[in-house]
Formats: sequence, structure tokens, C-alpha cells
Amino acid sequence: MVKEYINNPKIGLYPISFSPCFFASLPPYGIMQDVYDKYELIVGLEVHAQLLTQSKAYSADSAEYGGNPNTHTSPTSLGLPGALPVMNEKTLEYAILLGLALKCDIRYENQFARKNYFYADLPKGYQITQDKTPICNNGYVIIKDDNGKDKKIELERIHVEEDAGKSMHDQDPYDTLIDLNRAGVPLVEIVSKPDIRTSKEAYNYLTEIRKIVRHLEICDGNMEEGSLRCDANISVRLKGATTYGKRVEVKNMNSMRHVQKAIEHEMKRQIDCVERGETIVQETRNFDAATGTTSAMRSKESAHDYRYFPEPDLPPIFITQEKIAEIKSTMPPLPDELFRKYTQELKLPEYDAYILTDNKYEALYFEEIIQHTTNVKAASNWMMVHIKSYLNENGLDIKRFEVKPTTIADMIALIDSGKVSSSAAQQIFVEIVKNPTADPLTIAQQLNLIQESDSSAIEPLVDEVLAKFPAKVMEYKEGKKGLLGMFMGEVMKASGGKADPKVATEILKKKLDV
Amino acid sequence: MEINDETVDKLAFLARLEFSAEEKPAIRQDLSRIITWIDKLNELDTSNVEPLIYMSNEVNVLRKDEVNNSVSHEDALVNAPKKDSDYFRVPKVLDK
Repeated sequence: MVKEYINNPKIGLYPISFSPCFFASLPPYGIMQDVYDKYELIVGLEVHAQLLTQSKAYSADSAEYGGNPNTHTSPTSLGLPGALPVMNEKTLEYAILLGLALKCDIRYENQFARKNYFYADLPKGYQITQDKTPICNNGYVIIKDDNGKDKKIELERIHVEEDAGKSMHDQDPYDTLIDLNRAGVPLVEIVSKPDIRTSKEAYNYLTEIRKIVRHLEICDGNMEEGSLRCDANISVRLKGATTYGKRVEVKNMNSMRHVQKAIEHEMKRQIDCVERGETIVQETRNFDAATGTTSAMRSKESAHDYRYFPEPDLPPIFITQEKIAEIKSTMPPLPDELFRKYTQELKLPEYDAYILTDNKYEALYFEEIIQHTTNVKAASNWMMVHIKSYLNENGLDIKRFEVKPTTIADMIALIDSGKVSSSAAQQIFVEIVKNPTADPLTIAQQLNLIQESDSSAIEPLVDEVLAKFPAKVMEYKEGKKGLLGMFMGEVMKASGGKADPKVATEILKKKLDV
Repeated sequence: MEINDETVDKLAFLARLEFSAEEKPAIRQDLSRIITWIDKLNELDTSNVEPLIYMSNEVNVLRKDEVNNSVSHEDALVNAPKKDSDYFRVPKVLDK
């Protein structure tokens, strides 16, 4: 056996061939936080996203989630001899759309490949995927790092492939049950470069990917149901090192928190391992959600030899610039573009921009309000406060919200012109959601909510109040400016709550401060 | 190319086949003969020849995204050696 040596700061040079099994069971004795701080975490993520097509990637059976077992199949997805795959054009269009959204280069000549392995939920004995010619290369995702600063995570590639069927191991004591409804459902695999440095960055990266695929409506982004899945390639190295350590692939994390937890656990495990003078074994490990730890999968499972070769049954596909332009024209404004527009052009706070761009249809609703009003901050407040809480309370999606954005703009105009107070506007809103086609002004009149902003009507009321409290007026003039609020209250009372507070304050001040 | 027992074992594992110790020498010999035969291709200089992958010149063969479930639930399961009313049944894949 070739003996390698690693330079371990604690133990000195240690022959690797002796160490792994020997020390594996020892606890990380005496390793302190500053030891962990010497290391850097390196993570690359592979995200699989199920595409929301009607039919499967290479055959016309339904790709719908759910359905009774084995009711969405075809000769191709069943792997029957002689069945030929035919490419679903939507699969490619969705992959291109995603590639464009992530600023990737789109490949002109696309070939497909067979990835061979035997498993009961893959009846063909191979997965049709893209090996040497992924449809997208390069590109990037902008995420927030741990300090809230923008960080670019570069992408290696995005390729198209198909899902396998579903195996159920725990339904029966003797057999594994197979449902092939999912076999052949189109997937894109998004492979990042090893640019991620903390578990929080991994979490933020996944959040961003999920936001984009949902925004493009190409995947529903549900990690619990498995329509978005993530494998993590994790390694550690001493800070300042220029080469990567041996990487470990961790699978079976079905929420974003799990990914974060798995990375944290794996980082600690690998550092402990290196500190004990062991080598990291390049392997595939399984995440156990119950314990928050990872464990090695049996070597048989990880000893893969996929023998990729070109798929002769799917002719090559050439993607022209015209096709790319056509798909680009269907692209909705992206969350990060909207975010930039809201913060930079509209000068909204980052918090507002974040909330407004979280859901595509809410963003589009907001976009329409601001077509009809220049008061964007008011529009943002209406979205974030009144509309969102109404939707939440009623478990509604904005798509089913019947009040038109123009109506919201009308309400903002009513407030801005001083016709109604903002609290009156809330009362109007309550009526509007019951009767979405009603006109806010009409409702304001019916509910007697129109406020008096005509100073000639308010002035006599002010005079009346000042005449009623001569002693207080004296106190005010002697410097007890806090009494203004009391005068305001009296004026509002005298007007039956309908005086425009802004106008009333002005008149009061004018009369008192002479 | 030399075919040793290790190669036979690896190929057998990948193909999910099992050979007894008595069968192995024969398999090894067959494989060697096949490889030698294929090796004949190395006599040709193919450095300027594009690999032939497709048997036709068709490109961009695409299908509209429309559903056509061509196989019924019953037909899907008809050839399965073991099944129940819903599922294919296979020997347990994971040891619990």
C-alpha cells in the first residue's frame, strides 16, 4: 500500500494507511472552537427540480404528481422493449428559460446520454440525461452571505434528465413496492461551483433557486414533497489552502433546514476526522433527519460505474438564437430585477422590496398598482399590510383576490387628496373586499367618511374651540406646546371626526402661534 | 486486452449476473475473444472520423407537451412477475 502522509498540526506526520479505522470510534477529544476556526468549509450543491410539464420528458404519459399508483405510464416509461423516447419540447423550453434567468450560456447542439444502473424503479436500466453537453453552462445566482452582503455563486451547469419511479420500502415486510408514475418526469439538475462557504449561504442559495423556479412557474419548489431536491458536496480545508479537500456527497435532505443541518454536522465531522489524523473517505453519506447526523451508505450503493454513452434513440437538438429570443420574450420580470427596481428606482426600503418580490403574482399586482399611482410607498404599504393580511386571514392566493389594483390606486388617491383619512380608508377596504367592483369614493360617501379639508369649513370650528378654552390658550402661549394635541382632539370632536387633521393642525398652529 | 477474474467480477456485478467458479474461465475466454475481435478496429486510423451515434439524419424531433396515457393501469402491471392490485412488487431493496 502506498503510504501518504498528511501534515497534522497536533500529531505531526502520520501514515494515513494506519489511521482511518483505528481511530474512527474515538470522540473528537479536546478539539476547541479555535481549532474549527482554522478550517474553511467548501460546499457545492446539486439541485434537482421537477418541471411542471403536463407530460413526461420523453413520453406522453401524464407527469402529474399523485394519481393512483402505476396509472401514469407508457411503453417508454415502463421500459418495454422497442419503445422509443421522443423529446417533450416544453422540457427544453423550461430548461432554457431557467438558464436565461440564471444568466447561463445556452448550448446550440444538445445530445443526450444513457446513465446505466440497475434499480427496480428505473425499468429501462438507464436514465436518459445529458452528460457532455448540458443545455446550460456558467451562469450564477446572487445570494446574501452571512453578513447580508451580495455574493455570487457561480453555476457549473444545468442539464435535462428524467426522474425515476418511487420505491416504497416500508409498506410491506418482504417486498419493495414500485410506483412508476414518476418514472420519466422531467428534471433539471442545477450544479453549482464549490462557491458556498457556510451552511447559511447554502440555505440562502436554495431559497433563491426556489424563488426563481417558482417565479418562472417551471417547478413548484416543494422540498418536502420532493419536487425540489438537493445533494450537497462538502469538504473542508485549512484556511488559506489552495487545493480542495476530499469531498463527501450527502443525500436525503428533504427540507432547506435539513441541508443546513447536514452541512453543519458534516463540517464538524470532517474537521474532527482531520484533527485526529485520519483521511476523509470520498463517499456518499446519508442524512438522518431524526439525529441530524450523516452516516456512510454501504459501499455497494456508492460504488457506481454508470458507463455513460450517447443515447442513440434521441436525435440531437439544435437550439437556435431565434428560439432563445422567443423564449426570452416570454420571461416575466425576475425577482432580483424587481428588487433592484424597487430599491434603486422607486427608493423603497429593502424590507419592502424583499416582501414585494417574494411572490410573483403579488409582485405583478404591485406593478399594476404603481401604474396608476405615483405614491409607491403607499402602494407598498397597502400590499404589505392590508392586502397581505386579508389574504392570510382568508387563506387566499393573490390570484383569487378580486379587488382590482386600480381600485387600490383610487384609494391611495383618496387619502393623498385629503378626502378620507387613512383609518377611514381601512373601513372602505373592508367594504371593497365584500364588493370588489364598488367605487371607493361612492363607499366613502355612503359611509359618511369624506373628511373636511376645506379650511373655510374648519376655521370656524377652530375658533369655537379656542374660545371655549381661553385658559389653555394662555398656557400654550406661555410655552406648553403639548396642548396642541388636546386642541386637535377638540376640533376633531367638533367636526364629528371628519376634519382633515393636516388642515386642522395648520389652522390651529396659525391661530395659536401669532 | 487482458481479462482477469477481477474484470469478470466487476462486469458481472454491473450486469447483475452471477457466475460460479467453474463458469468463470469460459466467460473469461469469451470476453477475451470478443475484445480481441473489437480490437481489430484499432488497426484503422479513426482520428478524423466523427463517431456514428445516430442511425438517421433527423434532428430536432420534438413532441408537443400533451398527455396521452397509452397504457392502462392493468396493462402496465400485466407482465410483472409479482404485483398486487396497485404496485409492482420486487424483493426488498433495503435491509432494515
